[in-house]
Amino acid sequence: MIRVEGLKKTYRHVHALDEVSFCVKPGELFAYLGPNGAGKTTTIRILTGLTRLSGGNAWLNGFHIERDSLRAKRQFGLVMQSINLDQELTLLENMDIHGRLYGMKKALRRIRIRELLGYVDLMSRKDTIVKRLSGGMKRRLMVARALMHSPKILFLDEPTVGLDPGIRRRIWGLIKQIQHSGTTIFLTTHYIEEAEFLADRVAFIDKGKIAALDTPAAFMARTGKWAIDLMQDGQMKSVYFKDRKEADTFVANHRGSYTLRRVNLEDAFLSLTGKKVKN
Amino acid sequence: MLLLKRRIKRLILSMSVSPLLYLIAFGYAMGKSVRFGGHTYLEFLIPGLVAMSSMTQSFAIATDINVARFYWHIFEEFQAAPIGNVAYVAGEVLAGMSRALISVTVILTLGMLFGVRLHCLNPLFWLAVALNSFVFASLAVALAMLVKSHADQSLLTSFVITPMAFLGGTFFPVDRLPHWAGQIIWILPLTHASKAIRQAAFGNLPGLSPYLFVGLTGIIFFTMALKCVDQARD
Ligand SMILES: Nc1ncnc2c1ncn2[C@@H]1O[C@H](COP(=O)(O)OP(=O)(O)OP(=O)(O)O)[C@@H](O)[C@H]1O
Ligand SMILES: [Mg+2]
Repeated sequence: MIRVEGLKKTYRHVHALDEVSFCVKPGELFAYLGPNGAGKTTTIRILTGLTRLSGGNAWLNGFHIERDSLRAKRQFGLVMQSINLDQELTLLENMDIHGRLYGMKKALRRIRIRELLGYVDLMSRKDTIVKRLSGGMKRRLMVARALMHSPKILFLDEPTVGLDPGIRRRIWGLIKQIQHSGTTIFLTTHYIEEAEFLADRVAFIDKGKIAALDTPAAFMARTGKWAIDLMQDGQMKSVYFKDRKEADTFVANHRGSYTLRRVNLEDAFLSLTGKKVKN
Repeated sequence: MLLLKRRIKRLILSMSVSPLLYLIAFGYAMGKSVRFGGHTYLEFLIPGLVAMSSMTQSFAIATDINVARFYWHIFEEFQAAPIGNVAYVAGEVLAGMSRALISVTVILTLGMLFGVRLHCLNPLFWLAVALNSFVFASLAVALAMLVKSHADQSLLTSFVITPMAFLGGTFFPVDRLPHWAGQIIWILPLTHASKAIRQAAFGNLPGLSPYLFVGLTGIIFFTMALKCVDQARD
């Protein structure tokens, strides 16, 4: 469980986070969706003790991140946005050092490494120097490493950025699997479809503030069920409808080409931020 | 931390190069003609090199820390792990000290090859070496946390370590310097450490004060390092 109340972070004059509050339930997959510079990484850095907060409070499984920081740190695993593996060591050594940092016994470390490298499908590469892995493999290794000490919470900062669609789907599958094993997951992304596919609840964050927070289904229901994309005055527009019948009526009176499709989270996001016309 | 192991071979090689050069250059150039207080110049030089090398090698962990921090981002792994600042600083300092001890062993071995015999089993000698590397490893951790980039780091090394290496009684006795210079040199921890190391290596009793001075400086730097680790959370 993650509880965040009035979190604030100021870098000199930049308000990176401004009174952010939310609560992630045990076992939930919570997505933090926002554009570049919105404050996603800053939130994760504060919750994981990498950055000092300027105001507010936060608890991880009931442990305050500042007052009880060592116990709070035992609760989570962390996959950062940038690769932070020791590139000169092997996969096995990277995993092992992590286990030692968390005070795991040698026998347990060996079992976990075998289990996890198998889980992310890297067992055959266990003695390779990390430098020689591809980007997707490094990501998977980072996820495995973060799970090494069996944390109850997993922070993922843009886990699929820069990966091809095939690998991305594979990592999505992995994340779902991790959630099913009972782990609470906090994930940041700027891919809307990633949040739609994975998340139980989504928070839209922009300029350090949470603009909206709900389940993907609720967001979409608010927008409508069906969408029609069409060209109007030389611009792409989407029109949203409560049901198929309404959409059909619209089509009957429409001249020109159009596409009829189901509403997705992107529509919800666009109509929420008012960047496109709403029906 | 103790990730040093696999790099040790390369380290030993690089550690022996500069003392070897000093030994050949100064040792042969000055030869047997120069004597300080009844000792040949080589006998005088080697304890100085021991002091200098234990300083530069233990301070070198600052570079390792910064590569880990700014280039590989591995430092975040330690920051997010449930280990206290004391454990982290102690780990890095120990790594620096082991590095220093290895380099000292290398120098003593080289010295023996040059036929220089010193009292290098004297525990007081090793205590002085250990304290000296403790001082500079702690200083290294503190400064490594304060710098904002890798370039700043090399700047620090050339302003702090290099002058100290030349002034701290390594190559010549400090009592031959003018009075004002002597005063500056007196506050450098390396001066005291090299004095103690040299006395112990000659089989004399170095006295308590250099140990106290160096030990206290070490404790101050270690405390500073603890503070600085906390500061490194931006
Ligand atoms: N160390 C820092 N010093 C000063 N400003 C910072 C620092 N780190 C982040 N910021 C600022 O805080 C704001 C939020 O940054 P953050 O990295 O949290 O964004 P993000 O949502 O993770 O973006 P991205 O999608 O690009 O990763 C930005 O305006 C950024 O410039
Ligand atoms: Mg980010």
